[in-house]
Amino acid sequence: MFGRLTDPTAGVLFALQNEPIVLFTVLILLGVTALVLAVLTFFGLWKTFWCNWITTVDHKRIGIMYVILALIMLIRGFADAIMMRVHQAMALGSEHAGYLSPDHYNQIFTAHGTIMIFFMATPFLFGFFNYVIPLQLGARDVAFPFLNNLGFWITCAGALLINISLGLGNFARVGWLAYPPLSELTGSPDTGVDYYLWSLQLSGIATTMGAINFIATIIKMRAPGMSMMKMPIFCWTALVTNILILAIYPVLAATFLLLASDRYLGMHFFTNDGSGNPMVYVNYIWMFGHPEVYVLILPAFGILSEVIPTFSSKRLFGYTSMVWATIVILILSFLVWVHHFFTMGGGVTVNTFFSVATMIIAVPTGVKIFNWLFTMYKGRIRFDLPMLWCLGMMFTFVGGGLAGVMLSLPAADWQFHNSLFLVAHFHHTIIGGVVFGYLAGFVYWFPKAFGLKLNRVLGLISFFGWFFGFYLSFFPLYILGLMGASRRLQYYMEPSWQPLFIVAMIGAFVIAIGILCMALQVLIVIWYGVKYKGNLPVQKNDPWGDTRTLEWSISSPPPAYNFANIPQVKTRDAYWNMKEEGYVRQTKNFTKIHMPSNTSAGFWTGMLSLVVGFGLVWHIWWLVIISFISAILVIILYSFFGDNSGYYLSAEYVQKTEDHFSACLESEGIRL
Amino acid sequence: MNAPGHDDSIKIFGFWLYILQDLFLFATLFANIAVFSSSYDAGPIAKDLISLPFVMVETFVLLFSSISYGFSVIQMHRNSLFGTRIWMAVTFLLGLLFILMELYEFNHLLNEGATPQVSAYWSAFFILIGTHGIHVTSGLIWMICMFVHLSWRGLCAENKMRLTCLSLFWHFLDIIWIGVFTVVYLFGAL
Repeated sequence: MFGRLTDPTAGVLFALQNEPIVLFTVLILLGVTALVLAVLTFFGLWKTFWCNWITTVDHKRIGIMYVILALIMLIRGFADAIMMRVHQAMALGSEHAGYLSPDHYNQIFTAHGTIMIFFMATPFLFGFFNYVIPLQLGARDVAFPFLNNLGFWITCAGALLINISLGLGNFARVGWLAYPPLSELTGSPDTGVDYYLWSLQLSGIATTMGAINFIATIIKMRAPGMSMMKMPIFCWTALVTNILILAIYPVLAATFLLLASDRYLGMHFFTNDGSGNPMVYVNYIWMFGHPEVYVLILPAFGILSEVIPTFSSKRLFGYTSMVWATIVILILSFLVWVHHFFTMGGGVTVNTFFSVATMIIAVPTGVKIFNWLFTMYKGRIRFDLPMLWCLGMMFTFVGGGLAGVMLSLPAADWQFHNSLFLVAHFHHTIIGGVVFGYLAGFVYWFPKAFGLKLNRVLGLISFFGWFFGFYLSFFPLYILGLMGASRRLQYYMEPSWQPLFIVAMIGAFVIAIGILCMALQVLIVIWYGVKYKGNLPVQKNDPWGDTRTLEWSISSPPPAYNFANIPQVKTRDAYWNMKEEGYVRQTKNFTKIHMPSNTSAGFWTGMLSLVVGFGLVWHIWWLVIISFISAILVIILYSFFGDNSGYYLSAEYVQKTEDHFSACLESEGIRL
Repeated sequence: MNAPGHDDSIKIFGFWLYILQDLFLFATLFANIAVFSSSYDAGPIAKDLISLPFVMVETFVLLFSSISYGFSVIQMHRNSLFGTRIWMAVTFLLGLLFILMELYEFNHLLNEGATPQVSAYWSAFFILIGTHGIHVTSGLIWMICMFVHLSWRGLCAENKMRLTCLSLFWHFLDIIWIGVFTVVYLFGAL
C-alpha cells in the first residue's frame, strides 16, 4: 500500500534518528515554513498570494519567483559546502576524525553539486531570462505565458522533492552526475538515487519548456525594427543558451530514463552484467554535462556585456565578434565532452581530438574578455556594485579558464583527474564566472524590478567577502590537488594536508560573510516592501545612468503591460539612440492592452508532478498512476475550459499608470 | 491586433521547437541501440525473432495513417468539418491498429524469451520502440481530445492551430518510425 515507506530496510527515518544535524535542519525548515504560513494567514494575504504570485503568468513575477527559489537553494547548497569544508579541516587520521559519518558526508557532496547546478544556477538564469528578455526586446510578455508558469511550478516540484530527501529516506551518495555502476541497484539499493533521478527529471522537463518559450520569444517577439544584429547581447547569449538547452536536456532525460529502466525494470544498459556498459552512461551524461556548463556561463557573459558598457559610458566594443564568439562556443561545446574522462582510455586519436577542441574553445572566450577590456578602455568607469562584480568576474574567470587549458592536456590530465585540482578549477570558473556574473546581473537589474538599489556598503562587504573568500578557499585546493589529494575524501592520512584544508575552511567562512551581507541587503528591501504594503512606489526609469537597452526606458518597477506603446527600434542600443534623438515619451491617448489571464493549472500540474516523483521514489504505484493521470487531465481540462482569450487593460487604466510615472519623472526633474 | 506575437503562428513555431527537442531524445535512443547493437549476452539474437513481413505491414499502417491525416488537414483548409472528422477517424483507427500490432509483437518477443531484462540489446530495443509507442499513444489521446474540441467549437482558428500541431506531431512520429524500421528491423534482420 505505501510501497517502500513501510519497508524496514529502506531507512525511512534513518537520517532523522541518527543524524542530529539532519533532525535540527528539518525542524528549522518546518519551523520557517510554519512561520511563513502563519504570517500569510494572520495578515490575510492568501488571496493576494494566490492571485498575484501562484497563478500569475506575468513574466516579471515569475522571474522574481525563480530568483527567490535560486537564492533559497543557494543557501541550502552553501550550507552543504561549509559542512564539507569544516569536516575536511578536521578529518585527519581515521574515518571517525571529522564530525560527519561517511554515509552522511557522501550525501552532502552529492546534494551540494546537484542543488547548485540544477536548483540554484538554473533557476537563477531562468529568473534573468524571464525578467529581462521581454523587456529588452520591447515585448509585453513571453511567447507562452502559461507554459512559463507551468515550468516554474515543475521546477519547484523538483526542488521540493530533493529537499524531502533530507528528512524521508536518504539522498544519493554518488556524486552530482551519478555514475553507474555505483548508481545502479547493486551499488545504491535505497531511495537516494531515485530522489536524484526524479527531482532532476522534473527540473529537466521544466528547463526544456523554458527553452522552447524563450527561443520563440526571441525569434518572434522582438520590437519592430529590431533585427537579430540589433538585439542586445544578453538576448543573444540567452538565445544561444536556450538552443543549447533544447539540444542537451533531451539527452539528459533519455539518459535518466535508461538509468531508471535499469533500476526499476531490471534492464541492462549500464550494469556490469547483461552486456551493459557503464562507460556509455558517462559519455551520455557528459554530452549533456559539457554543454550544460556553457548553458550556465553564457548568460553570465551576456550580463557582463550589458553591465560593462553602462558603467564605462561607452558602447560595447566588438558587438559582431561577440555574437559570433557566442555561436562558435555553441558549436564547440558539443565537441569536447570526452575531456571529462580522458582516463577512459579512448586512445591517442580520440584524446587528441578532444584535447585540441578544448583548447580551441579558449579562443572565442578570449575574444569576449578582450572585447570587455576594450569596452572599458578610455571609458569613464564608475565603480558601482554591478561593475565591481564584473571586474571580479573577469579577473577570476580568466584564471579558472587557464587552469582549464592545463586540464585539457591528456598527459597532464591523467595526473589531475579526480583530484582536488579539478575541484578547484571548476569552482574557479563557476564561482568566478557564473556566480559573480549572475550577482552582477542581480545587483544591476534589482532597481529595475523593485525601484531601489541594494545597499552599497553591505554590497561592498558582500563582494569582497565572496572575492577573497573564493581565493582563500580554492587556491589551497589547487595545491592539495597537486599534492595528490583526490576529491570527495571523507578522511585523509597525510598530516601536511591539514593546514591547507583549514585555510580552505576559513575561506568558506569569509564567503559566508558575503552571503550574510547579501541576505541583509535583501532584508532591507523586504522591509521597504512591507512599509509600502507591497505596492512599491514608481521610481525613475534609469537609476544607473547611461544605460543603453529598452528595459531602462520604462518605469521601475515596470507596469504589468511593460510598454504602453511598443517602441520602434532603429539601431543597436535602442534606448541610448532614443535619448540621443530627443525621444519624447507619449503621455496621452493610450489604447487598451491585451493581457493573458492567470491560471492555476500550472500550479496544480506542478504539485501533481511532485506527487508522481514521490510515488516513484517510494514505489507507491497506485499513487504514481493516479497523480500522473490527474496531471495530464489538468492540462487537457485547461485546453477545454482555460481562459485562452485573455482580457484587456482599459485605456483609462493605462493612462492612470502612465500618469503616476509622469508625476515621478516630473518630481525628479527628468524629461523623457 | 493588440497583442503582437500571441497569434497562432508563434504557437506552431513553438511546436516545431518541441519537435526539435523530441528529435534529440530519439537521437539519443537511436545512438543507444547502435551502441548496444550486438550486446546480446545470453539472450536471443534479433535476427532469429524479427518477422519482417509483419513489421512491413505495421509500417504501412502507420504510413497510411499519415496520409489520411494529410487528407484531414486538406479538409480542414476547405473548412469541411465533416471531412476533417472522417479522415481523422480513419487516422485514429490506423494508429490504434499500429499500437495493437506493436503490442502483439511485444507479446510474441516476450514469449520467445526476448525480454528487456535479458540483455542490453533487448533493453535498448524495448526502450526505443516503447518510447515511440508511447508517443503514438499520446497522439491518439490528443485525437480523442480534438474530436471533442471539434464538436464543441468547430473549425475555429484555435482548433485549426491545434490540428496543425497534431499534424506536425503525427508526421514526425512517422519519420521516426522509418528510422526505427531501418535501424532496428532492417539492420537487425539482415
